[in-house]
Formats: sequence, structure tokens, C-alpha cells
Amino acid sequence: MGDERVTPATSRGATIEFDHVSKRYAPATRGATAQGAVEDLTLTVPAGRICVLVGPSGCGKTTTLKMVNRLIEPSDGRILIDGQDIGSRDVTELRRSIGYVIQQTGLFPHQTIAQNVATVPRLLGWAEARQRSRTDELLALVGLEPGRYRERYPSQLSGGERQRVGVARALAADPPVMLMDEPFGAVDPIVRERLQNEFLRLQEGLAKTILFVTHDIDEAIKMGDLVVVMEQGGRIAQAGAPADLLAQPASEYVARFVGADRGLKRLSLYRVADVTLVEAPLARAGEARQDVRARAERTGDRHVLLVDALDRPLGWLDAFDLRSDGLLGEPDADPMSPLLDRRTTLKDATSLLLDEEVRSGIVVDRNGRVLGLLTLEAVMGFMRDDRSRDVPPDIADAVAEVLAHPAGAHDHGGDDTEPA
Amino acid sequence: MIEIRWDWIGEHLDDVADKTWQHLQLLVIPMLAGFLIALLLGVLALRRPGTVGPVTAITGLLYTIPSLAAFAVLRPIFGLSLATAIIPLTAYTLLILYVNTVAGLRSVPAEVNEAATAMGYSSASRFWRVQLPLAVPLIMAGVRVAAVTTIGLVTVASIIGGDRFGGLGQFITEGLQTSFDTKVYLGAVGSVMLAFIVDILLLGTQRLLTPWARARALST
Amino acid sequence: MSGLEALLAYLTDGGAWQGSAGVPSRLVEHLVLCALAVLTASLVALPLGFYIGHTGRFQVLGLNLANIGRAIPSYAVMVMVFPVALAAAAPIGYDPRLGLTFLPIFVAMTLLAIPPILVATFAGIAEVDRDVVESSRGMGLTERQILRRVELPLGLPVIIGGFRVATLQVIATATLGAVLSGGGFGRFIIDGLARRDEGMLYAGVVLVAALAIGTDLLLAGLQRRFTPRGVRVASGEEVVEAIGDLGSVAPPSLRRA
Repeated sequence: MGDERVTPATSRGATIEFDHVSKRYAPATRGATAQGAVEDLTLTVPAGRICVLVGPSGCGKTTTLKMVNRLIEPSDGRILIDGQDIGSRDVTELRRSIGYVIQQTGLFPHQTIAQNVATVPRLLGWAEARQRSRTDELLALVGLEPGRYRERYPSQLSGGERQRVGVARALAADPPVMLMDEPFGAVDPIVRERLQNEFLRLQEGLAKTILFVTHDIDEAIKMGDLVVVMEQGGRIAQAGAPADLLAQPASEYVARFVGADRGLKRLSLYRVADVTLVEAPLARAGEARQDVRARAERTGDRHVLLVDALDRPLGWLDAFDLRSDGLLGEPDADPMSPLLDRRTTLKDATSLLLDEEVRSGIVVDRNGRVLGLLTLEAVMGFMRDDRSRDVPPDIADAVAEVLAHPAGAHDHGGDDTEPA
Repeated sequence: MIEIRWDWIGEHLDDVADKTWQHLQLLVIPMLAGFLIALLLGVLALRRPGTVGPVTAITGLLYTIPSLAAFAVLRPIFGLSLATAIIPLTAYTLLILYVNTVAGLRSVPAEVNEAATAMGYSSASRFWRVQLPLAVPLIMAGVRVAAVTTIGLVTVASIIGGDRFGGLGQFITEGLQTSFDTKVYLGAVGSVMLAFIVDILLLGTQRLLTPWARARALST
Repeated sequence: MSGLEALLAYLTDGGAWQGSAGVPSRLVEHLVLCALAVLTASLVALPLGFYIGHTGRFQVLGLNLANIGRAIPSYAVMVMVFPVALAAAAPIGYDPRLGLTFLPIFVAMTLLAIPPILVATFAGIAEVDRDVVESSRGMGLTERQILRRVELPLGLPVIIGGFRVATLQVIATATLGAVLSGGGFGRFIIDGLARRDEGMLYAGVVLVAALAIGTDLLLAGLQRRFTPRGVRVASGEEVVEAIGDLGSVAPPSLRRA
């Protein structure tokens, strides 16, 4: 596994070009730049990529975004999609070909989820049957079971569910371009992480050109293929791959914006999927305790992960402690270490493990099935393998501490077995 | 004490029907006219927010004019035609219908409006398919109040209307003039019942038009 | 003689201003009736409104009662009370004339005034920022003190708004009393019609309209004066909101739920 983003086979997105684009507003105080104004922006977003605009409030990132679907008209300059000046296109037709996701979702409260998702197809005059099948396809794609969600109303859904519907709605007419304005800002961090991971998974299959606005630098580094750090007036302080921003910030401003913990942030560049996982010794619920104990004594794997029939983790158990007869069940297991997704950044994964003071975390797939263990040692090894990925000293210290004195009983994968 | 002659009522059922029909006409025509005017003014309020203050003041002024006075003033001009009744009745609906229409249109969340525009709704289709449906709860609330108020005002019109208009109120007025208790109570109770029935029907209509509000109530 | 001339002729005639059928005494009759009706209505509506607004209970019931009250035509109420007043007046030695001419319209006007005052009172109280109420409670104020010192002053503009609506409707509708030979400006209209006296008729129209508008402006000023500094003065915009709240089926607190 390399450290590059997965390149999709065919790119179905469109290039977006900003050609000396400006938006002028009257400033509140004379001499100052107005909040949200943009000055002479020139930028090219390559097709099929996620370009993140990041910066403090008022720097013009949202203004820039809204000029692409002409919710705001530029004062100067042109914006081109696939080489065509959007100013020359009919604005309604333009908007129907661009997906738009905002923080508050903007779902229509008086329409069902199905009607919301099918909004643009309906405006485009698709046949009913086609609308319906597309809606079901999209709901499934964003992880909402169509049968359950079609006929509900937005007010009946949670924040995370609503935002998924927002994404589905934006994707409905399969637009080549998507605009996203702090789409995951209104949900709690746990839900946000899930949504980010799932969206990245979606994008792998769809390869749309995405312009994403956020004020959160961590989100920018995680999501972006191209990250554009902006300052007041929509000026580009630096534009480049996340790794470049972290390794070589172009100015004091960028360095400050990216944060003092650049080293730690570098861990955000990589994901759990990049690191080789350790195979977890498993025991299934329903197995005889004696068999599990015997196996453990044979292999030397003392700590075993209990899973259910679908391979979903239930907890850890100490096989040497299994004395009684009978079958394994959930009560036998201890609460488990954190669950990780393959798309979780190494930074988040490491933080989680360090917080819990455990040596490894369980990596599960979309359906909750165990894929393997991510161990702190494997992470350290991965980072040390390549010179460009030096581990920040404070992290190295914390890891050493945990490896020496793990708090949890489940400190496996480190000393017992070799990486598979 | 009070003597009600049920047989008289039985003999005059078609008269009751006629008066009720007229009462309904004098309800529906002013309400429709008032609603259309309020809707137009409401759209104006969306485009030019500055008009809200003056329009509210004018419709408010019309509302303060006592109905008996308004009917009385118009009688010399329009005689005993229905216009004498319909014009003031329409004017009285304006304040509440306008205020509630504007409040309703404004209750649509800004992000919903923005999303609708961004997805490619033209301004007209956005108005009819997003803004107006979401404004229905407040608009209907106004319609309900305006409707029952109008029913009451129609009865007052009978004082001026001679034997030409006033709906069920005519029974009241004629009954008073001839000291005929039965007619008085027929008109009084009849108009109260009519008001209740119309109110309940409108409430039902509001529920029908807003299925999403019911869904929300169920889930909380 | 045109209508306007007739009107002026009537008003400039000294006789119109004297005696028990003159403008001043009719004015007094009208005002007394309205004041008593609104006062009696507040005796019922204010306590109920305070209770519902402060505790938040029975809001739906209160609204439904108010809606029912609004639906009942005043003319109908008045005529239905008439025979009852007649019957009730005699046995207790009550002046039957008063019973005939005053009681029916008084009952009808009181019923008319209750819904607006009730809804405005509980909406005004309920709309007070719950955080403010909570912190008062936290500081140790009793429930009564909270109502008196916090909710009432903050809710006062809306409550006065309710009085405004109630008073306006009562002044306008009190003209009906004249149909049963009651007093007030309505008499000019009714008598003017009966006697085909255009001047009297128009005088009644103008006087009652002027009284209604004048009182409304007065109360609007009062409403502005009692708006605590820091809370904006009602412009046309807020009138939209306030009346929208009063006119709508559900007060804002219920709607947000």
C-alpha cells in the first residue's frame, strides 16, 4: 500500500478553472477588505479530484464556492467548467448539473426523503421509474436502507442521516461537479469521522470533481487531493498536496494555519489501510471453551478476540483463564479496544490508541467485520520505513510509554506474534 | 319563556337552505378575493420588504373600521346589491390573511431557499413548490380566523341588508323586528353552528395539506 | 343634499351635542360598555393566561377555547342572551331596561374580548426567554416573583397588543348594541337608518371609526412605551410577527416544538 490516494481508473469529473476571478463587496470600514471578498483568484481544479478550500472565516472560501453555481456572480473574471465559461450558460441548467451540499443540509421539510433525493431528476424530467430506481440506488450508496427511509420526512432523521440524504440528493443527477460547504460541520465528531470516511469511499467509485470548503485544517488534510489555504480576500497562500503543505509551508501564515503540530498532522496523511494489519487470534461465540483454551495453549496466543457469527467483534478474552466447560458467549469477553475503519487517518487512530493506553485497535470493515489489528508498533514501523515520514518526538515518547506499560489487558499483537 | 316553533322551521327548510347558501357565498367570495390580494401582496413583500410596514398599516386601518359602519356607508352607493356586503367583508380579511401570508413565507428556513435555488429551481417553481407549501401552516391559521370572523360579520350585514342579504343573520334581524323568537334563535344558533363546521373543515384541510407536520409529531 | 353636506349639517347642529341622544352622552355610553367588557374579560383571561403561559400546561386547551370563542358571531350571542336577560331581570327586581339594552351586548362583548387577551397573555409570557426564567429561578425567586418581575415586564408589549386587539374589536362591534336599543355610537347608525336621516347615519359612521382608530393609536403608543428598552420597538415587521403569532393557531413556543 502506497501513500498516494487511490487513482480511479476513469475520471468522470470535469475540470474547474478560475481565471482571475474577483468578487467585490463594500467593506465595513474604509481601507479594509470586505468580509468574504475575493481578489483575483486563479486556480485550476483537476478533474476527478477533491480540492479543499480552507481558511479562517471571511477569507472568501464560501464566496468562491458559490460563484461556481452562480449563487454569487463574480465581479470580474471567468469560471470555466470543462473549458466552458459558466457565465454563458443558462443559470438554471448550470445549477442542475452541479451537486450542492451545505452544512444545514437544506432538505425540504415538506417532502419525503425520496422526493428530496429525486429533486433534480424530477426537474430534468426523468421518468418516474427511473427516478425511483436512482433514488433507491443512491440511498443504498450512502448507507440508508431505501425501504426504511424513502417515505420518511427529514424531521424524523438524525443529523447524520440527514446529511447522508443531502449527499444522495446532490449525487442524484450524476453531476460531474460537486460543491460542498462545511457539509460535516453540524454533526458530532464521531459521526463526522464516519461520514468523511464513507464519502471518501464513495468518491473512489465516482471520481467526481469536488470543491470542498472547510475551516478545519485536519479535515482539509484528510479529504483533499489538492488543498488550497486561503487568506483574506480569497488570496491563495499556498495550494498543493497535503504532504507538501505539511512538509514545506510556503509562509508564516500557512505554517501557523496548519498548526504547530505539523509533525503529528503528518500522521493524518496516512490511513489505517496503509499499514499492514496483524491477524487477530479469533474465537467464535458458540465454540466450546475447552477447544479455545487448547488452541491458545498450542499457539501461544493468550489473548483472543471473540467474534459473533458474522465476524463482528464482541470483546477480548484471556484464553488461559477459561476454566469452566460449556460454550463461549458474550459475557466471557472484556470490553474491547477501539474500533477503527480502514480510512481512519493514522493520526486519529494513534490518538485513539494513546488515549485508551492500549497497544492495538481492532480494524473492521463497512459491515463491522474484523479485518485485523492495528498495532502501535506497526504504525511506528511504517513511519520509520520512509525517511519522509519521521515521527514527531512527542508521539514517539507516548508510544514508548504505552508499549512499556499498557493499561488495557488486551495488549496483544505486539509481543505474542509476528506481523503476518 | 322562550318559545321555539319547530313546526315553523320544518315548513321553511328551503328558506333555511337559501339563507345558508347566501351565507356561504358571502363567506367564500370575500375569502377568495382577500386571499388572492394577500397572496399578491405577500409575493411583493418577499421582493420588496419595505412594503410590509405600509401594507400592514393600511390593512390594519381597514380592519379598524367598524363593520356596521362600513356596511352603512356603502349602502347608499351600491344599494342593496351584494357588493355592499362583499367589499367590506373582503377588506376585513386582508389584515389577517396578509400578515399570516408574509409570516408564513418568511418562516421558510434560509437554507431551504438556498438549496432550492442551488439545485436549479427557477424562482417561480421555487415559490410554488417549496416556499408556498411550507408557508401553508401559518397561512391556513390566518384563513381559519378570517373565515370565522367573516361568518360573524355576515350576520351583521343583515342589519343593513334589509331582506336582501345577511345570510342566516337575516333570520335574526327579521325575527327581532317581528318579535319572533323562533327566527331569532334559528339565525343565531345556525350561524354559530356554521362557524364551527367551517372551522373544523378548515382544520381538516390544514392537516391534509401538511402531512410532514403529522409525521414529525408521530416521531417525537 | 350630498352625503358630506348632510354629515356636516348634522354635526354642526348644536342639538346633536346635547341631551341623552347627543354625541357626548353616546360617547360615554360606548366607552363605558367597552371598558366594562374588556375589564370583565381580563378578569377571566389574565389569570388563565398567566397560568398557562408560566407553567406551559394546557396550551392546546387554551388555544382551542380561544378559537371557539373567536368563532362565535357576536350578533348571535347578543340575541341569544336577550330573552335570558329578560327573564333574569324581572325576578331579581333588576331594572328590565338595563337587562334588555345593556346585558346582551355586554355579554357578547365580554366573550369577544376574552380570546385575544387570553392568547396574547399566554403567548407573551411563554415567549419570554426560558434561559432568563431559569436563571431567575436559580437565583432564588419564587414562581410568583418570576411571573411578576421577569415574565410580566418582558411579556408586556405582547399582552398590551392583545388588549389592543380586544379593545378595537369591542369598540367596533359594540355598535351592534344599538339594534336592541342599547346606547353608544351605534345608535346614530341604527336610528339614522330607521329615520332615513343621512346626516345622522354618516355621523355615526365617522364617529365610531374615529373612536376606533383613535383608541388603537393610543394603545399602540402605550404598547411602545411599555416595551422595555433593549427590546426593539414594534415596526410593521414585528407587527407581522406579533399578529401572526396571535392570529395563528399555535403560539410560537408550541410551533417550535
